[in-house]
Amino acid sequence: MAAMTEAPLPAQALPQAQSSALIGGQGRPRLRLATVWLAGCSGCHMSFLDLDEFLFELAEAVEIVYSPVASDTKIYPEQVDVCLVEGAVANVDNLELALTLRQRTALVISFGDCAISANVPGLRNLFSAPGRDSARTVLERGYLELADASGQLPHAPGIVPELLPRVLPLHEVIAVDLYLPGCPPSAERIRAAIAPLLLGQRPCMEGPEMLRFG
Amino acid sequence: MSVITLQVDGRDVAVPAGSTLLQAIRAAGLSVPTLCHLDGLDPVGACRLCLVEVEGSQRLLAACASEASEGQVIRTDTTQLQGYRRMAVELFFAEGNHVCAFCVANGQCELQDVAVAVGMDHSRFPYQYPQRSVDASHRHFSLDHNRCILCTRCVRVCDQIEGAHVWDVAERGSDCRIVAGLDQPWGEVEACTSCGKCVDVCPTGALYANEDTTAEKHPHPERAHQLRRAREHQQWLR
Repeated sequence: MAAMTEAPLPAQALPQAQSSALIGGQGRPRLRLATVWLAGCSGCHMSFLDLDEFLFELAEAVEIVYSPVASDTKIYPEQVDVCLVEGAVANVDNLELALTLRQRTALVISFGDCAISANVPGLRNLFSAPGRDSARTVLERGYLELADASGQLPHAPGIVPELLPRVLPLHEVIAVDLYLPGCPPSAERIRAAIAPLLLGQRPCMEGPEMLRFG
Repeated sequence: MSVITLQVDGRDVAVPAGSTLLQAIRAAGLSVPTLCHLDGLDPVGACRLCLVEVEGSQRLLAACASEASEGQVIRTDTTQLQGYRRMAVELFFAEGNHVCAFCVANGQCELQDVAVAVGMDHSRFPYQYPQRSVDASHRHFSLDHNRCILCTRCVRVCDQIEGAHVWDVAERGSDCRIVAGLDQPWGEVEACTSCGKCVDVCPTGALYANEDTTAEKHPHPERAHQLRRAREHQQWLR
């Protein structure tokens, strides 16, 4: 089974800060951090913002190079050290960004239950009768069956991203180095996962404080 | 009462003859993850989480359903067992539709608990998204097959403690499911006393009270043991 071949997990996946930017003369290069929002509700990012005053420390220690909540950059940059990826892979844009960020990122984190298991966005996978993929089923339901009079399926190539036939967890699309579960992960859990990375250490993802789904 | 002695993870332990390996493990001050096992109900060895290694044997034994014997040397936490346990829990998640985010049992779920215990941070197996139904025909309770792991605690508590035997297991393989009565809607089964013991002991969000919504279930798995102890030893106080 292809899905059983795991990405190499342990220490070799630790980020080596690639930027030459330095924190106030301490000699440690600032970690280049990205956050990505795929098919999710943004709740994980809201929880990230719940880090409150730790965000100030984080802002000192990292350079946020790409993020829907902390950066205006539209193109995923090169040489990213750590990327938090919220959400499942549900459409072609999600897929393209996932493939891109994997190529350009040292340590990819599945951030929250949607990235890890497809979770709520993945529920449309339940609606795949034989011969029909779930994308077609939900589109017809939403745009034709429930339409008032003149329903039509959305079709705007290059503008509206096409849905994939099946919603996938991130690790079924790219290799993932760390899993940070929760719906959403609490701010405390996010902090406990991020803080060691700033020191070049791998967080200990064990026990109910760090691992529990839901 | 005769006593047998055995070794669990290097610790010598003595237990009454007839004890299970699980009881011996606990007597040694150790534990193994369990899911189908529930104190107060007869064991079935269905979930395979409590598998242990026995020296001199190729077979792994389900500790809950295996009798301890004199001189046995068992190991409960080897790398092999850790790997099997994690794989078993991943398969539970992949096999059903376990979406914790909007489950009645979120936060009170033993499947969530064992996932933490075995260190499961994701499933290496693709989720299957089986087509399953919800039986909401009962006045007080519902059965969501999407969240059922076929531990059969409900079957056993209804048979062994309540004496109504409303529940059974039907079909095989991926079609295997819990049925009420003669595969009837639960609400139409006259044998059901609406006692709620099945809901109390269900380890997941498969059985729940109708008034409970997301994360509102408050299971009482200890009730099976309390009732059995009360009946067999006349100890009615908790």
